[in-house]
Amino acid sequence: MASTADTPVARRLQHVKHIIIVCSGKGGVGKSSISAQLALSLRSSSPTAKIGILDVDLTGPSIPRMLGLDGHPVHQSSDGWVPVYADGSEARLACMSVGFLLKKKEDSVVWRGPKKNAMIRQFLSDVRWGELDYLVIDTPPGTSDEHISLMEHMAPVASHLSAVIVTTPQAVALLDAMKCLSFTRAVSLPVLGLIENMSGYVCPCCGEISNIFSTGGGQEMARREGLKFLGSLPVDSDLVTLLDAAEISFELLRQYQQTSTAPLFAKIAEEIVRTLSDKET
Amino acid sequence: MIAVQQPVPLPDALQVPSNAPEHCPGTQSELAGKADACAGCPNQDVCASGATRAPDPAVPLVRERMATVKHKILVLSGKGGVGKSTFTAQLGWAFAADEDAQTGIMDVDICGPSIPTILGIASEQVHSSSSGWSPVYVQDNLGVMSVGFMLPSSKDAVMWRGPKKNGLISQFLKDVDWGNLDYLIVDTPPGTSDEHLSIVSYLKESGIDGAVLITTPQEVALQDVRREIDFCRKVGIRVLGLVENMSGFVCPNCKNESQIFKPSTGGGRRLAEDMKVPFLGAVPLDPRIGKSADYGISFLDEYPDSPATTAYLDIIDKIKEQLEN
Ligand SMILES: Nc1ncnc2c1ncn2[C@@H]1O[C@H](COP(=O)(O)OP(=O)(O)OP(=O)(O)O)[C@@H](O)[C@H]1O
Ligand SMILES: Nc1ncnc2c1ncn2[C@@H]1O[C@H](COP(=O)(O)OP(=O)(O)OP(=O)(O)O)[C@@H](O)[C@H]1O
Ligand code: SF4
Ligand code: SF4
Ligand SMILES: [Mg+2]
Ligand SMILES: [Mg+2]
Repeated sequence: MASTADTPVARRLQHVKHIIIVCSGKGGVGKSSISAQLALSLRSSSPTAKIGILDVDLTGPSIPRMLGLDGHPVHQSSDGWVPVYADGSEARLACMSVGFLLKKKEDSVVWRGPKKNAMIRQFLSDVRWGELDYLVIDTPPGTSDEHISLMEHMAPVASHLSAVIVTTPQAVALLDAMKCLSFTRAVSLPVLGLIENMSGYVCPCCGEISNIFSTGGGQEMARREGLKFLGSLPVDSDLVTLLDAAEISFELLRQYQQTSTAPLFAKIAEEIVRTLSDKET
Repeated sequence: MIAVQQPVPLPDALQVPSNAPEHCPGTQSELAGKADACAGCPNQDVCASGATRAPDPAVPLVRERMATVKHKILVLSGKGGVGKSTFTAQLGWAFAADEDAQTGIMDVDICGPSIPTILGIASEQVHSSSSGWSPVYVQDNLGVMSVGFMLPSSKDAVMWRGPKKNGLISQFLKDVDWGNLDYLIVDTPPGTSDEHLSIVSYLKESGIDGAVLITTPQEVALQDVRREIDFCRKVGIRVLGLVENMSGFVCPNCKNESQIFKPSTGGGRRLAEDMKVPFLGAVPLDPRIGKSADYGISFLDEYPDSPATTAYLDIIDKIKEQLEN
């Protein structure tokens, strides 16, 4: 891959230090929640860190809702689309999603591949991200148009790319996580590691851990495939409610830090930051 | 200036071939083959000749195969991981419990097929005969087709863009020897994209009875299901009803019920009311459903007395009622 290719995408993204693609194969395992949490945690990792989050789930965008940005419009400037900032004037958490472009939130986006490809190219080349330390990309399930398009358009910045694979403990999810891993191998995308989400449930009444979706399968897969295991996150119903709530103000970060998942996730984010900074040197 | 973009309205999308450029005017349009967007499109000659205003050659073949299928049901959601495949499997098993009924399950989730695993037939292969590909049978009256039966290894990723997926779906409809079926249930991937457009455009002429929509209680799922209902309306598919899955968690020890995915905006029931679609019922979260799926055994047969089984059977009865209307 020519790392010097001068495409509009390359010109925009050369100012982004690290691009982290969150993927899973299986639907509903928590890609969007983990992308949102990763963006929030990376933002807190340093007082000056600048983060972007790009939602390329074109037919089922969740990021606007999860970050409390439902209904925000995207503005056009002479230098491209202005992302929506989840933290207002601090402007350290920039978001872009097709959800911001819809007139009504219940409008379905019925697009075939070429239209999706064009939209993704536009997201990568026309959004005024500015300088970013990390750009987190939330992807839809599967290994199809969106994923292939992402990899094609970002080929000129391939050295900035890496992936995080998310799974839940069930066999059906692990099966698709394997397919996702095969995809990353086929396109030579380095994998930072694997996260097992919804792993065990701590009962709010008696504190007993019950295995709603069983547990441990992700760790086992990581071991077998020689991947780094980034950690497991238990089922946390407060997190679901928080990400559903669509707070308008940037209360989210403070509230997120009060969930039982936040400290667990902070460790995962730290590990990601460490791995990426090792890569830099 | 606000950069609002509107997606192409759907009647066009159904007429846009999967290899057409972004601004294709639609093959049935007056401008087909002549619009600015058509320059360089691989279909330009065909479109300009007017041939595309005639139907797709696969359509009559599909119609012929589907002539012996009584009811065609889509299982849809918009949101991922809400339990579409699990529900499809339970529906299949429940229909097939009637020895006189023939049921088929078609899995059009090409990138993440779960149906073979859930039905316990993951190691099977598809065989072809003179009358076409034969489905894999779970039992005499329950046949299944999935891309999962065609991969050399379950680890293989299917990295296909739209056109290839559409090609396979048309083959599933015209080349599979489904035989006489009372029910054909179609499990779909999340979203509203190539797979959905293809299945709808191929089956439209033969008639789709309707779609069962699956959701979970939280808003993040509901918002995608609203979009899916909008999709059904745009393409003219009847919504048989909405099922809320993973509704509450009944602890196996103390029978205490807790809400893991809280219905912060009223859940599936409220959505069904708001969007004026029938609410079919709620299935609780039960760890044994996930385990049964992983081991490929029928939850309904294994745990006949569980509240989830009662809920499933209730819902399935309502679907049958809807089909008779
Ligand atoms: N650790 C967790 N505990 C409990 N619920 C969770 C957890 N992680 C995610 N969820 C919830 O599960 C649902 C699905 O998660 P999410 O939308 O992030 O998945 P996804 O992989 O992005 O789905 P899709 O494939 O549809 O894009 C959401 O409502 C989310 O809040
Ligand atoms: N009521 C339930 N209680 C507990 N687990 C469930 C329930 N319904 C489904 N599951 C489990 O949840 C996971 C997701 O279900 P399933 O694969 O059927 O969803 P899907 O909508 O088909 O996902 P995808 O969008 O990836 O196709 C599976 O592991 C399944 O076993
Ligand atoms: S038995 Fe314990 S784990 Fe189960 S709901 Fe009751 S209090 Fe919670
Ligand atoms: S040539 Fe046909 S398929 Fe291609 S863009 Fe024009 S109308 Fe669409
Ligand atoms: Mg998502
Ligand atoms: Mg499925």
